[in-house]
Amino acid sequence: MKHFLKAALAGVVIFAGAGVALAQEGPKAEVIHWWTSGGESAAVKTFAESYSKAGGVWVDAAIAGGDNARAAAVNRMIGGNPPAAVQFNIGKQFDDLVDKGMLRNLDDVAVANKWKETLPKPVLDAITRNGHIYAAPINIHGQNWMWYSKGAFEKAGIANPPKSFDELFADLDKLKAAGVVPLALNGQVRHMALIFNSLLVSRGGHDLYIKVYKDHDEKAVNSPEFKKVVEEFGKFRGYVDAGYSSRLWNDATSMLIKNTAGVQFMGDWAKGEFNLAQKAQGKDYGCVVGPGTQNYIIGGDVFIFPKSNDAKQTAAQDLLAKTLLTPEALIAFNLKKGSIPSRTDVDMKAFDQCAQDAAAYIKNPANQLPDYGLVMPPDVVGSIQDLIGEYFTDPKFTPDDFVERFADAISAAG
Amino acid sequence: MKRKFWQNIMATLSLLPAWAVLLVAYTGSMIWSIQISFTSSRALPSNNFVGFDQYRRLFSTSRWLVSLENLVIFGVLFVVICLVLGFLLAVALDQRIRFENGFRTIFLYPHAMSFIVTGLIWQWMMNPTLGIQKSVRDLGWESFAFDWIGSRDLAIYALVVAGVWQAAGLVMVLMLAGLRGVDAELWKATRVDGIPAWRVYISIVLPLIKPMIVTSVVLLGIGVVKSYDLVVALTGGGPGMASELPGKFVMDYLFERQNIALAQAASTVMLITVLAVLVPWLYMQYFRKSGRSPT
Repeated sequence: MKHFLKAALAGVVIFAGAGVALAQEGPKAEVIHWWTSGGESAAVKTFAESYSKAGGVWVDAAIAGGDNARAAAVNRMIGGNPPAAVQFNIGKQFDDLVDKGMLRNLDDVAVANKWKETLPKPVLDAITRNGHIYAAPINIHGQNWMWYSKGAFEKAGIANPPKSFDELFADLDKLKAAGVVPLALNGQVRHMALIFNSLLVSRGGHDLYIKVYKDHDEKAVNSPEFKKVVEEFGKFRGYVDAGYSSRLWNDATSMLIKNTAGVQFMGDWAKGEFNLAQKAQGKDYGCVVGPGTQNYIIGGDVFIFPKSNDAKQTAAQDLLAKTLLTPEALIAFNLKKGSIPSRTDVDMKAFDQCAQDAAAYIKNPANQLPDYGLVMPPDVVGSIQDLIGEYFTDPKFTPDDFVERFADAISAAG
Repeated sequence: MKRKFWQNIMATLSLLPAWAVLLVAYTGSMIWSIQISFTSSRALPSNNFVGFDQYRRLFSTSRWLVSLENLVIFGVLFVVICLVLGFLLAVALDQRIRFENGFRTIFLYPHAMSFIVTGLIWQWMMNPTLGIQKSVRDLGWESFAFDWIGSRDLAIYALVVAGVWQAAGLVMVLMLAGLRGVDAELWKATRVDGIPAWRVYISIVLPLIKPMIVTSVVLLGIGVVKSYDLVVALTGGGPGMASELPGKFVMDYLFERQNIALAQAASTVMLITVLAVLVPWLYMQYFRKSGRSPT
């Protein structure tokens, strides 16, 4: 028995040794990210598989919470021991790192793999600084989706999903009359802002959205169109239940799953919750962009690649950047993540209907809108979210005050 | 003589690391934080000085003003209610009642829980669609309302309730220790004089346990200034930003909102506020003592 154990142990040691030896052959890339929930980690695993198929070794460094993950990565970069790649949200989050010269420029990989030809313009703009590309965008998370519960709609006698905000308000009234919570909302101000932005796009249109968020145009903020959006946004106060303020977004989604609420405005990450509850798209729940628009507010995730003096690390980064943006890797990842591929030349037939619709919309450049986080620094986005949350929760807050303070807030974006 | 000299040297030497930590880690980072508040730093520290710009922006940010106002409401109510409740509980336990140990454990137990757990428990209880309100309504009292965390005006008081629940037990234990330290002869003397018990507690016992009160106030005060986890777990600062506190403002701007200069300006204001309270108190404690006769 003792001998057997010894032999077994020795075998394990040799086996493990061989594993390590094997692992050290390919270029090794340590990747920091914050995809830790069930669906997310399944998604990131597909990247690890794609990378090992391409001959590399993915060393996973998942850190729960975006703030924590980014802080850890930045600390390591300052400390001189950078990871090969770090997940960031697409947008201004990594501006400072670019300015300090801490990131690798990916121009070569981008040119060789036709990023400029295949990425939507808002995405390309968001990863470009001074004409150079500094991040690898891997997905597009649509920000202006509206989800609805088919069961709740049935209870209220609504046959078809709303095609405009006018129809939506009529439907919300019907839901309310049927004793269903019309709008499933949660307490986080950033998610209240999703409703506001959806309304701004659907009602105000593409140009107003761009003028307000991208050009920081105070005239547009003071326009009657913008004020109308603000007034209409206030109407949503009447369609929420008493418990929303301490709810989390996924609990709000489960109200749709249980048919106790009618609609929810949330990005396409909400799909993960429906999938987890084994609800079928088109049968149990449905999706609408807007409603009433084909403009798609684009957000998402990128990987950045810290500069390194280590040639091995650089080689691993090159391979990683190239692999992540191959159509196969993008399809495998985005199927699990609920988002759509960042490249517009990817075959979408494996995806669900919502994702296919979104991909079809953004093929047209006139439908591509940047999320406000892509065009304004995080502190300005934060103060706009605060303002929207304050306005929504305080019925005494007048639209005129809102407009004035909104103009103030965007002026800080410079 | 020589021996004493060496002893002093040894003591100084062994204290050096502590001094180094104090100077570098505490004072050093405090100075660095204050320095950052005068720059235009965003995600990373920079040396581009902009004078008082961040402070100007800070005091024109309505969220910061709301946070400060909330800090005063929360701080005063939390400290006062904890002290009164803690003292009353201690007096009750001091009556040599049965099961005293059991009660003491029960009242102190909340303090063993983190503010995150406390916040979450109270969030569930005060949630109008899940908690107390729903239970009472299900029992038949249809108009019953307890929806503080959903109300802009009352959310801050929800924080006070949860905070008091957590901290009152600690005050009780401190006060009880003080009460037990009161000389039994004193009690006998007051009984001989026929002074009612409540009068003894207020006029004789309270002044005697002053050190315990001071300790409690300091502990509670620290809790107020650094309160962050309770807000995050209980109300998330909401509805809207009705229950924001300065600690959460600093954390949000440090990380998620990537404006460390503004965050440091906010924490510098917090530091100055604390010093403004502490310095007069320290002055009273240490500098006036010399002129006072020992009691």
